[in-house]
Amino acid sequence: MTTILFYLFSALLLGAALFVVLNRNPIYSVVGLVFAFMNLAAMYFLLEAYFIGVLQVLVYAGAIMVLFLFVVMLLNVQPDRPHPGLIHPDRWWFGIMALIFVSLFLLLIGQGVRALLTSPAEDAAGMGSVADVGEALFTSFLLPFEIASLLLTVALIGTVFLAKKKV
Amino acid sequence: MVVPLYHILAFAGLLFTIGVVGVLFRRNAIIVFMSVEIMLNAVNLAFVAFSRYHGNVNGQVFVFFIMTLAAAEVAVGLAIIVSLFRNLRTSDISEIRLMKH
Amino acid sequence: MAETLYLITLFPLLGFLINGLAGRWLSEKQSGYIASLAVLGSFLVSAQLLLAFLALPAEERLLTQTLFSWIPVGDLNIQVGYRFDPLSAVMALVVSGVGLLIHIYSIGYMQGDPGVRRYFSFLNLFTFMMLNLVLADNLVLMFLGWEGVGLCSYLLIGFWFEDEAKARAGMKAFIVNRIGDAGFIVALILLYHQFGTLSISEIAQAAPGAQIGRGFFTATTLLMFLGAVGKSAQIPLYVWLPDAMAGPTPVSALIHAATMVTAGVYLIARNSVLFSLAPATMSIVAVIGIITAFFAATIAITQNDIKKVLAYSTISQLGYMFTAVGVGAFSAGIFHLMTHAFFKGLLFLGAGSVIHGLKGEQDLRSMGGLKEQLPTTHWTMLVGVMAIAGIPGLSGFFSKDEILWAAFSRHEGFSWLWLAGIVTAGITAFYMFRLFFRTFYGKAAWQEAGYQPHESPSVMTIPLVLLAFLSILGGYVGIPAALGGVNQFHHFLEPVLAVYPGVGAAAVQHPSQGLELLLMGVSTVVVLGGIYYAYRVYVQQPTLADDLAQRMGLLHRLSFNKYFVDEAYHLLIVRPFQALAEGLWKWFDIQVVDGAVNGSGHAIARISGAIRRIQSGLIQHYASIILLGVIFILIYLYID
Repeated sequence: MTTILFYLFSALLLGAALFVVLNRNPIYSVVGLVFAFMNLAAMYFLLEAYFIGVLQVLVYAGAIMVLFLFVVMLLNVQPDRPHPGLIHPDRWWFGIMALIFVSLFLLLIGQGVRALLTSPAEDAAGMGSVADVGEALFTSFLLPFEIASLLLTVALIGTVFLAKKKV
Repeated sequence: MVVPLYHILAFAGLLFTIGVVGVLFRRNAIIVFMSVEIMLNAVNLAFVAFSRYHGNVNGQVFVFFIMTLAAAEVAVGLAIIVSLFRNLRTSDISEIRLMKH
Repeated sequence: MAETLYLITLFPLLGFLINGLAGRWLSEKQSGYIASLAVLGSFLVSAQLLLAFLALPAEERLLTQTLFSWIPVGDLNIQVGYRFDPLSAVMALVVSGVGLLIHIYSIGYMQGDPGVRRYFSFLNLFTFMMLNLVLADNLVLMFLGWEGVGLCSYLLIGFWFEDEAKARAGMKAFIVNRIGDAGFIVALILLYHQFGTLSISEIAQAAPGAQIGRGFFTATTLLMFLGAVGKSAQIPLYVWLPDAMAGPTPVSALIHAATMVTAGVYLIARNSVLFSLAPATMSIVAVIGIITAFFAATIAITQNDIKKVLAYSTISQLGYMFTAVGVGAFSAGIFHLMTHAFFKGLLFLGAGSVIHGLKGEQDLRSMGGLKEQLPTTHWTMLVGVMAIAGIPGLSGFFSKDEILWAAFSRHEGFSWLWLAGIVTAGITAFYMFRLFFRTFYGKAAWQEAGYQPHESPSVMTIPLVLLAFLSILGGYVGIPAALGGVNQFHHFLEPVLAVYPGVGAAAVQHPSQGLELLLMGVSTVVVLGGIYYAYRVYVQQPTLADDLAQRMGLLHRLSFNKYFVDEAYHLLIVRPFQALAEGLWKWFDIQVVDGAVNGSGHAIARISGAIRRIQSGLIQHYASIILLGVIFILIYLYID
């Protein structure tokens, strides 16, 4: 049952991602992205990474997406004009890029498979609760955790500075 | 669960590639930015999958930090887009060529 | 006791820093006092150390102090270290003592000059460098002092740099000195290559027993001597010193008479062990010295600028010193160095007092009859000219006769050195008294020019009086055995100087004291003759001078025009060099150097013109290049 669900969410996620990338209208893209993140959260739950799944909903599908929507509304971005379409007019560039994707995709897959070959992974269920992640976070990763808070503060200040009207 | 790890990894790779396509081909800055988020999430998925299959919680901690980073990045990035738009009246990055020689 | 050694150089350095950095907040007077106090400090420390020395037995008279490691490179470890022995003690005392008097004198002489703080900071810097030169225990530190005094000399000759001729004189001094310094540097490299050290004492220890051909010592010492020739203004590199008179007169007294120009003599005395191993060099030193002494004296006869006369006289006296060290009488050379510092410092300061009184007039023809107007200057100058002429009883007599005796007693057919020396002594007496008579006696030409001469303030006359006393008494530390003395000065220096076979210690206690007395008598007669002749020509029959000049036609013109040496140098060296430089500039510089530079510039411009197309400004282009990089990394990992 979970396996079927996993493949189902995968397919939905794939479709949503393609929708985001290929759609001309930014509003639709944002909505598609929210849907994609929801699916991803579901996949995290299926992988028993409950804490990450909750965060995915809260942070990504919640906060970040609201931010995106907000900016799209604020800028009142119109859909792309149809002429150049999705594809950049430079043909040679497109050719090179296509080559790059194919190789990138193949290499990514290849790396994953290689990683499996070198260290064969067992399905190790029963790990990933909030308690587990919290323990790791507040023991071995305490310093990075604190630094992350500093990073957020810097981002906050930077955002205010960038977004405010010219003095 | 009987989903093999390499299926998940292949799927994450595919998702990453879709993100790359968005970054490289879309001209709308906001959509480019959303594609970056897709790439990040593809990586997150790979992390969580490895975490699960190696029985090590560190991968999930890493995802936590990536999310923190992404939040900060989105905030700053969107602020940049807003100020760019304010100055140049466009969010089409093919028209923003300030770094041209 | 050795712990205070560094204070000798520290005081002038502090004075330099205070005057140089904080000068603008000091009044003129304060600036002069600080500079003088700094030198006074050095003098007192040196004197205290010397007194302590005198209480010690001769072989214990050595102090060394290593301050810090200066250049540690591989095997080469140059330390900033000082060495205080009888030789450097004498030099340090002369430098700081005469320097102190000249500093005090300068307070009066430079009064009202807008650059007075700069002046005093340079003067202190000079003292610092000169003391480094004489106290250094290795040749590199000595070279630092050597170059440092050269720099200060340049700065002070061109002190009034608004006047282009004076600025040029400074540059001339610097460039001519550079020729000699190149020799010095090569000598240092050779010595290091051979001995693996540049410590003066270590080289002196290793050299006599080393299995090295004579050619090495001859070459090294000749190169060192080249440096000495430049710094001490000997033939053929003396041409800068007369021009150096463009600087303020106290500077001429301190740098271009009493201290810096004697550095060459000190260099040879300091490395007397090396020079003793190179008889060929010694002969060359002696010959160059006596030729310089003679020729400079003949030029001095006809010069009309009071400072130029003294400048040529300095060159001439330095020639004597080189003659002395060249025949191996190192202590006689240093002795003359010391007495010369006294009386030549006195003469320059006296000349400065006259110039000061006449508001900058330097031409002897505009002077005359100043005896009443400048009484103190007159009497002290009289002592100075008598001392330099070699009147018995004054310091110059003792030191000059020791040199002449050393030259005479040198077998190997060098007696003609003595003859040339005695003739030069006569000429010296003549031109010095010419200067004296034309300044203070005869027709008062300044009245026509409308000058109101006045005696200098006491801050200037007191140093004159003190130097006059030193010029009289300075010789009594070295009374030769022939006159019943024991030549204490010689015995004081003996432990640090090499014994050169044939002269020096052996010759001074030569059995034939009667001969030495006879030679002294001869030189005294010659000197008195020169003075009488000057008296006749310039006081009794003033018209005789012009008659003589007419009759001597060619000789007079040669002397008056300094044998056309400057012109010859200009024609033979400067012009071809300029032509070569211009040729190189037009061909090599523009065609080759500029061509290479511009060519590479054009090439890069063209390449970048092609490459800059990548800089499209499209962020996606940049992103794809980054991705390309990621792919390469992945491929690398895949292959690895």
